[in-house]
Amino acid sequence: MSQSLAVPTMAAFTASGEVPEVLFWVGCAGSFDDRARKITKAFVRILNAAKVKFAVLGQEETCTGDPARRAGNEFLFQMQALQNVTVLNGYGVKRIVTACPHCFNTLKNEYPALGGSYEVMHHTQFINALLKEGRIKVQGGGFNGKRITFHDPCYLGRGNNEYEAPREVLLKLDAALVEMKRSKQNGLCCGAGGAQMFKEAEPGAREVNHERGEEALGTKPDIIAAGCPFCNTMLTDGVKHFNKEGEVVVKDVAELIAEAGEL
Amino acid sequence: MIAQVVFGILLIAAIALFARNLGRIGRNIHLGKPEAINDRKAERWSTMARVALGQSKMVVRPVAGIMHSLIYAGFIIINLEVLEIFIDGLFGTHRIGAFLGGFYDFLIGSFEILAIGVLLACIVFIARRAIIQLPRFHKPEMKGWPSKDAMIILVTEIVLMCAFLTMNAADFVLQGLGAEHYTQAGSFPVSAAIASTLNLSNLQPSTLITMERTAWWLHIVGILGFLNYLVVSKHLHILLAFPNVWYSKLAPRTEFANMPRITGEVKSMIDPSVPPPDPAPARTVAGAEVPERFGAKDVFDLSWKSLMDAYSCTECGRCTSECPANLTGKLLSPRKIMMDTRDRLEEVGEAIDAKGKWEDDGQSLHSRISEEELWACTTCNACTQACPVNIDPVSIIMEMRRYKVMEESSTRPALTSMFNNVENNGAPWAFGADRRMEWTNS
Ligand code: SF4
Ligand code: SF4
Repeated sequence: MSQSLAVPTMAAFTASGEVPEVLFWVGCAGSFDDRARKITKAFVRILNAAKVKFAVLGQEETCTGDPARRAGNEFLFQMQALQNVTVLNGYGVKRIVTACPHCFNTLKNEYPALGGSYEVMHHTQFINALLKEGRIKVQGGGFNGKRITFHDPCYLGRGNNEYEAPREVLLKLDAALVEMKRSKQNGLCCGAGGAQMFKEAEPGAREVNHERGEEALGTKPDIIAAGCPFCNTMLTDGVKHFNKEGEVVVKDVAELIAEAGEL
Repeated sequence: MIAQVVFGILLIAAIALFARNLGRIGRNIHLGKPEAINDRKAERWSTMARVALGQSKMVVRPVAGIMHSLIYAGFIIINLEVLEIFIDGLFGTHRIGAFLGGFYDFLIGSFEILAIGVLLACIVFIARRAIIQLPRFHKPEMKGWPSKDAMIILVTEIVLMCAFLTMNAADFVLQGLGAEHYTQAGSFPVSAAIASTLNLSNLQPSTLITMERTAWWLHIVGILGFLNYLVVSKHLHILLAFPNVWYSKLAPRTEFANMPRITGEVKSMIDPSVPPPDPAPARTVAGAEVPERFGAKDVFDLSWKSLMDAYSCTECGRCTSECPANLTGKLLSPRKIMMDTRDRLEEVGEAIDAKGKWEDDGQSLHSRISEEELWACTTCNACTQACPVNIDPVSIIMEMRRYKVMEESSTRPALTSMFNNVENNGAPWAFGADRRMEWTNS
């Protein structure tokens, strides 16, 4: 579904003297990666359906610095972070939602020490709240009888103790939520974190995403649900590695909700 | 009388040696960077109660967890018995606690039951290592000393428990015979059974006394020896687990500590009117100047907490068996990171002991931990989740990465281009800000 979306920027909001309910932090993957862009758009459709007044930073957004910091380049991280904090504070931003657990972690946990304190939510938490408040409704009919397994992103789960929000959202679909053996606290990394996404894996016997892909496929799922653009890429590749791309799809929680709500 | 004097000297020597070595470990830990950890005290106490005292992370793996809890309970309780042994040894009394009456019987009875529990648990643990050969005990870093260390600990505990039960068994029979000095006290559910199985009552009282005394001495000398073995062994965790958990990282696991000096530098880079921070003064550690570095080259550059982590590690390998890098055959093993850090720290400590001060030996943490290990970490924190004593290998890995990147400009080529992209385009890929909104109509 390729359609243009009218997405207001923070600059435009401020020019019209209005304050958005929340700033949507799109993130680099969400902005530039073809696959992740679909997640971004699905989430925007949800925001629109829920009539959430949101804005993005647009060209004023820049990498949070997460990959730089995890790769040991603290200078670069802080350059990015201080720049972002200046922009965010300049607009008086209070609430941020993002579909990337890595952006979520830096914005929520690491920016306060650099002068940027915001209420930050992961999009699965935000969607969960919208569902609970009845601002969006989904009929899970289309998912009836499907098996979904959720892969916990390390930076959301083990890092920030959020295991329930994505699951609560998925339970709104009339599907069977099946758990992998390694889930929640014991979840297995997709292999992308710590800046691994941007480099070759170190030599080993196999790739982390193949290990995880195999485990996910072991639950005989129709859908592998993800809550992170990097996990999404890694798991999609894992599924392809086992030639299962015809049978099993990897989708973000936001995409599933947008689909179920026919948004 | 001679026995009392010998015992007294032995006791004092053992405790003095122990105190000295413990002081040395404290000194080594303080070779690390100072870091204030004293916030959220209530949470720290409750974490310690739950994780260290309550063994909450041990029982995640039920077999090891239950066995370990048994040994742990045995250890704590039997220490009460050791107290009595100390007093009896010093004053030539016998079962000084006997005046407690029924309560004393109850105590001795429970020690016996725990002792047999400890005995069984140690046998199961040996079997897991030697017969079942659990993979996590046979990783490359476990070759040689580390696995010997584990066996020494388990065998010593078995010997100690056997000595304790033998002592009681002989004592029980002597009490029954009304032998002089052997006042009736205690209840002996396990050793009475041993005594009757082995027909100990057929032995001469003098033989029984020799047996009881030998076991008594073996038990107490063993305990004093074990006390001093702690400090050269991973068994040190029985002491350090408690403070280590108290000081554990309470921030979200994926939150990395800020480097305040860099904040100053970056602020002055962004805004030329802000003066750059004064260069950080070198620290004097063990008589040597340690320059302030970005990241960790050696143990001096790590937080003291990371060094305490290294001494607290029990080499159980739960971290490594959850590590995605290790699981997929990469060189990284978080347990090895902890062992290497401790080994390097010991090496530095020995050099300081020998020379009275620290002199650069041309080695560092990086001589033990390779780049390939460092770059394999996904910072997923499976290791910190798995560790039963809340050790944080990730912060050592991160500090070492920081050193590699910021002090040596040594990184993986693909990461260099990622850095360039972030710096020039504000994204890890080569897409400029002008394309940030393209997704709205793609
Ligand atoms: S954080 Fe690094 S060392 Fe720890 S389990 Fe994950 S990959 Fe392994
Ligand atoms: S770091 Fe923790 S989990 Fe890993 S071996 Fe040491 S004690 Fe065990």
